[in-house]
Amino acid sequence: MHPYEAHGLRLTRRTFLNSASKGIGAAALWTLLAGQGAARADTKDLWRGVVNPPHVRPRAKRVIHLCMAGGPSHLETLDYKPRLAEMHGQPMPESFTKGQQIAQLQNQELRCFGPQFSFRACGNSGQRISEALPFIGQVADDICIVRSMRTEQINHDPAHTFFNTGTAIPGRPSMGSWILYGLGSEAENLPGFIVMTSVGGGQAQPISSRQWHSGFLPSRFQGVQFHAAGEAVHYVGNPPGVTRGHQADVVSAVGRINALANDHLDDPEIAARIAQYEMAFRMQASVPELLDTSDEPSHILEMYGCTPGDGTFASNCLLARRLAERGVRFIQLYHRGWDHHGGIKGGIRTTAGLVDRGTAALITDLRQRGMLEDTLIIWGGEFGRTPMAQGDGRDHHIQGYSLFLAGAGVRGGMSYGETDELGYSAVVNPVHVRDLHATMLHLLGIDHERLSVPFQGLDVRLTGVEPARVVREVLT
Amino acid sequence: MNGPRQWVRGLWPKVDMDAWSLVPAALMVALVCASAAAEPPRFNRDVRPILSNHCFACHGFDAHERKAGLRLDVREGATAVMKSGARAIVPGDAGASELMRRITSADAGERMPPVEIHKDLSAEQIEVLRRWIEEGAEYEAHWAYTPLGEVKKPAVGNEAWVANDVDRFVLAKLEARGIAPSPQADRVTLIRRVTLDLTGLPATAEEVDAFVKDQSADAWEKVVDRLLASPHYGERMAAYWLDLVRYADSVGYHGDQEVTVWPYRDYVIKAFNENMPFDRFTRENLAGDLLPESTREQKIASAYNRLGMMTAEGGSQPKDFLARYAADRVRTTSVAWLGSTMGCAECHDHKFDPFTAKDFYSFAAFFADIKEPGVYSGYMEGVWGESLALTTPEQEAELARIDREIMEAERALVTSTPELEAAQRAWEARLAQPTPWRALTATAIETKSGVEFKLLEDGSYLASGPNPGEEIYTFIAETDLPGITALRVELLPDDSLPSKGPGRAGNGNLVLNRIAIRANGQEVTLGSASATHSQAEYLIEHALVDNGQLGWAILPKAGERLAGVFETVGDVGDGGTMRLVITMAQTYGYQHTIGRFRISVTNAPRPVRADTDLADEIAAIVRTPYEERTREQRDKLAEYYRSIAPELGAVRNRLRDLREERKKVERSIRQMPITVATTPREMRVLPRGNWMDETGEVVQPAIPAFLGAVSRTDERLTRLDLANWLTSEDNPLTARVLANRVWYLQFGRGLSDRLDDVGSQGAAPTHPDLLDDLARGFVDSGWDVKALVKRIVMSNTYRQSSQPRPELRQSDPFNRLLARQNRYRLEAEAVRDHALAVSGLLVRTIGGRSVRPYQPKGYYAQLNFPAREYEVDTGDHLYRRGVYTHWQRTFLHPMLKAFDAPSREECAAQRARSNTPLAALTLLNDPTFVEAARIFARRIVTEAGDDPEARATWAYKQALGREPGDEVRAILVEVYREHRAQYEADPAAAMALVNVGASATPAELNVAELAAWTSVARVILNLHEGITRY
Repeated sequence: MHPYEAHGLRLTRRTFLNSASKGIGAAALWTLLAGQGAARADTKDLWRGVVNPPHVRPRAKRVIHLCMAGGPSHLETLDYKPRLAEMHGQPMPESFTKGQQIAQLQNQELRCFGPQFSFRACGNSGQRISEALPFIGQVADDICIVRSMRTEQINHDPAHTFFNTGTAIPGRPSMGSWILYGLGSEAENLPGFIVMTSVGGGQAQPISSRQWHSGFLPSRFQGVQFHAAGEAVHYVGNPPGVTRGHQADVVSAVGRINALANDHLDDPEIAARIAQYEMAFRMQASVPELLDTSDEPSHILEMYGCTPGDGTFASNCLLARRLAERGVRFIQLYHRGWDHHGGIKGGIRTTAGLVDRGTAALITDLRQRGMLEDTLIIWGGEFGRTPMAQGDGRDHHIQGYSLFLAGAGVRGGMSYGETDELGYSAVVNPVHVRDLHATMLHLLGIDHERLSVPFQGLDVRLTGVEPARVVREVLT
Repeated sequence: MNGPRQWVRGLWPKVDMDAWSLVPAALMVALVCASAAAEPPRFNRDVRPILSNHCFACHGFDAHERKAGLRLDVREGATAVMKSGARAIVPGDAGASELMRRITSADAGERMPPVEIHKDLSAEQIEVLRRWIEEGAEYEAHWAYTPLGEVKKPAVGNEAWVANDVDRFVLAKLEARGIAPSPQADRVTLIRRVTLDLTGLPATAEEVDAFVKDQSADAWEKVVDRLLASPHYGERMAAYWLDLVRYADSVGYHGDQEVTVWPYRDYVIKAFNENMPFDRFTRENLAGDLLPESTREQKIASAYNRLGMMTAEGGSQPKDFLARYAADRVRTTSVAWLGSTMGCAECHDHKFDPFTAKDFYSFAAFFADIKEPGVYSGYMEGVWGESLALTTPEQEAELARIDREIMEAERALVTSTPELEAAQRAWEARLAQPTPWRALTATAIETKSGVEFKLLEDGSYLASGPNPGEEIYTFIAETDLPGITALRVELLPDDSLPSKGPGRAGNGNLVLNRIAIRANGQEVTLGSASATHSQAEYLIEHALVDNGQLGWAILPKAGERLAGVFETVGDVGDGGTMRLVITMAQTYGYQHTIGRFRISVTNAPRPVRADTDLADEIAAIVRTPYEERTREQRDKLAEYYRSIAPELGAVRNRLRDLREERKKVERSIRQMPITVATTPREMRVLPRGNWMDETGEVVQPAIPAFLGAVSRTDERLTRLDLANWLTSEDNPLTARVLANRVWYLQFGRGLSDRLDDVGSQGAAPTHPDLLDDLARGFVDSGWDVKALVKRIVMSNTYRQSSQPRPELRQSDPFNRLLARQNRYRLEAEAVRDHALAVSGLLVRTIGGRSVRPYQPKGYYAQLNFPAREYEVDTGDHLYRRGVYTHWQRTFLHPMLKAFDAPSREECAAQRARSNTPLAALTLLNDPTFVEAARIFARRIVTEAGDDPEARATWAYKQALGREPGDEVRAILVEVYREHRAQYEADPAAAMALVNVGASATPAELNVAELAAWTSVARVILNLHEGITRY
């Protein structure tokens, strides 16, 4: 007996296939394929996840991770340090830096570098946010700033890998894959884990597709990258000279012959194959439909401040909302442009200008649609930056940095944790990346200790083997 | 019977995860344990997995984590009297065993395993433990670590079914349960199966027919022998090996730059094809460089040690990355050869298997002699540390030609002629007189940033004011000096300049990157240049050409006067007033600009050199009257003169160009990283894997202690010692691991389900004696891989039908008994190869550089350092087998990725087999597959007659080896007819379809006909059966 059969799928499949091979199912399939736009999926094909029912009451249905790639300076964005301003140009006290890991500033004289922007008290909550982020300042009451983040990897590539997979060793599933595997997706005609990227404002560090890879989980759980240039999804367009009708004929014929072959092959995998071809065919319609933003009213476009489809972060934010509406479980937007080793003042102004409005628009848009309450937003980078100068920029920094959360189950209008007076180390309520993972999973209804897969002798979890805690203080 | 598994609350082992993922865990446990109930529990098969997964983390091998002093992994520990006075296990008396009391306790505070670790035992598992204790709690040595002895072949009833000993082991188990093996698969299925298994390619229709018709007794063996002799066998085996050793064409970290290692891939293919004994293969991989008088091929093999990911990211710390590379080698080598997850012991002793952290670092110490930086530079030239030059025959010929021409030019330079001697005498005469220089007074000096210049009394100019990073000085002057032969730039010190100048950089330096002169608007060609001094690497000649950062610099002569002289090729000026525009580009950056300078011109006969250019020795000879010079001195002076003689300028230029050309060719030679040994680095245990912690014990190379020891009297152990141990009688793991994996390649699943872990968290083999017999035979054959493969595929077990058997559905859902063959989707490379082979597009060349098939545009947009565009290959390179596809670790080709090929960032022993819409989209729309379809269509139209039904039949058979049934044929013909009509009406669409891809479209064929058959071909190439091995 094949596992699918054990699941009770066999009966429905056999029924379908038997009828298909007699021509009845074929007709039904044809109707399905030739139907207008994206027909509804056979819901039995949807992956329902292994955390079913949830371990705890879920607050979030989906996650939108706005990854500020390159390592935004917390000192110019979310963590105001007046003492650092006073110390500008003076030697960094050795008590802060002794024995700590340093990237490009190795063996150099370390001097304090004051914040390059002033901060304003924003919203009713009066959270202090940099003037470089005026739009985010306007949604201050929706966001919870975590000022005490810590990570373990000081170079971009391993740090992203750590942030996404909980370890710097490549080959583990990314958090989106874990979540898809744990919960499945509600998107019927789209992948459940989608990634988009934009660029601009600073040195564009490379981003590896490892960051959304499923690692040792099957590839059905991997993130699918939507591309700004060319086809949004690889191979989603028909070949030249092939119309949707032609394609329907081909897909239908493949399905019918596969079904016939099952009469002598008796292979349950055939049913899955047919279902995946149907899904593929529906995606060929649903992806263009998703990207066609002609139905967005002008005030919405105005709020995001972008031309849809122009590849900007703001455009990706708009698409993220459309993906969220369609049930996509995990949406990750990378903006590559926060690596400000030099010229940080101008650099931050430019990069912040590229992401600020889109971020705030996304939060506002979701709130207005009632979707913010079940959407978790994470905004932040793979690490922060040194309080010490690197010329007129800052180096990578992992002892303390900031990010913010918004939406589902998160208390808006609050700050959590603190770095020391110079913004070097997280000293009050430190939040490790693992704690963030645990908290995110908790909001999705998952106990992080119970979502694991045996791999190379270990029960591997997103949060790894070190202790991790749900940061309940930031939850409502 | 079913081997037990470690079910973890709704989870499952990695194997076939997709297929298994829908099975409720409880049901699985029930299935497994139902069979376990039938016979007495055995430690390795039934008990160890439970203890390992539920207990060992706290009561196992890791002494640091051990709770209550109790260890359950050895019998002495489990049966000892604890502090409490109780004994965890009292053999024969479950009731008296504390373990039983605790795992069944109703008190949540007492119950084991603790509730917070979420590892509750099921009722069935508790029952297994109870019965095992009742029956004496006998421990067994872990199956994988026991020595490989001779195995007794079991007796069977149905001797007629036994083709070789493999069958005996399988049949004995089946007969014990009253199950008959499955009948042999039909011949079409058989030859498709074995051709895919041994070569990764589909059997051609002709091969199928030949085998179906061959009634001779050894028909099967002939096929097997033919396939084992095929050069494609090596490609198939290599594809798997390359996953294990995580071979790729890019470095993986950060910029994921390319690296040239394909000769290693070709070495692996060749090794399998030539059936190199696996022990030798092991030695060459790990220590090819250490073998006496190692050959070029063995050096290439040693690239094994250099296949891991490498970084060139700025800001990375070398020690950090050296630690990562070391750990990566331990992980890869231990999984690839030992099937052991030593990687777990990087931060602490292994929780489940007897590897200590010290073992981990001692193992790493074997590789501490590999010469490598932690962080690489030079990657822009494609050099990744120690390398082997892969000079092509063309490059070799080119170098030989250049060297020949260099020799000719050099000969001209050493040959004296009467003309040269006369010119030399005139030059000597002039040397007595100083060169008459005339300083130029600027009418203007222009700069971008408004640098201010003050004219000093000596005719020099001093810069002040803005001090930009880079600058271009445009010096404009007039002169009436006729026949100018040279221009001199003097760089002068000044107290107002940093470090007294003459440059404006903090250290007094400057870089003159480029000088150019226009006379009355005409570009003046400059010939040779000389200087009183040039900084190493920053020569005055660099100022004559655009050469990036390079130019003329002056360190360590800050604070001194220097001069540079540039000869003109022709005489410049006729005596009338002439406007000279001299541009001096100083683009190095960081304020490396000129602080004080003076420009002069002369019309003295060439050669004109910078004034103190004459070395002391030459100057002394010149001062010596001709008659008094020794022969040696005369030769020396003549040689010197020829080096500056204007008469030989052309030859010298030619020589310079040739040398540049040679450098260019040298740079174009691919450099392949290989292993070069050096003094071993000190290797310490890193506490918790922290590379910054240097308090750990210093370790020497050693194999894991529990597996014994390799000793050499005085010397440190080497990689060669490790390689020898890996394939020695003392190590039972390598042979078992390899036999299990070769089995996997022929059955889609190992005899032990876990190909990457033979430890206690792995899976005990379903047929341990068979595995041992295969491993024993493998060693005894002299590590003969082909013999091992042949042994397996010659068995009747292999030749069984893979058809599911309803009567075994309940008792053996996962076919652990091997009462039939398995069936599974082809691997990514084979999916590609299948379409290309069926269509006739496949280019069957073996080996060579990696190739780049069509790939969506912009896929590499997220890459940087450098940013790059994928350059699609042309010609035959487009149609090579998947094993040759360029393997970009961070952006693997989407087709390979869609079909579960691993990124090869880490060692992978087993691939998932998923079934996704992305895979469907790839097969439907990737131009590779569309082009294959249209080329297949061309064959259908030209090779299969005119009748649509006959064509459909022929096409189907080409792909699947058998003829279609009537219904299938009807569907194919229906697609043809409808599309034929539609494409007839839309010739533009038809034309577009039949032109997908780079291969030519024959003009004589009817386009609509071709397009319609392309649709049919697409249907056939997308069929499930075509990409499945039955």
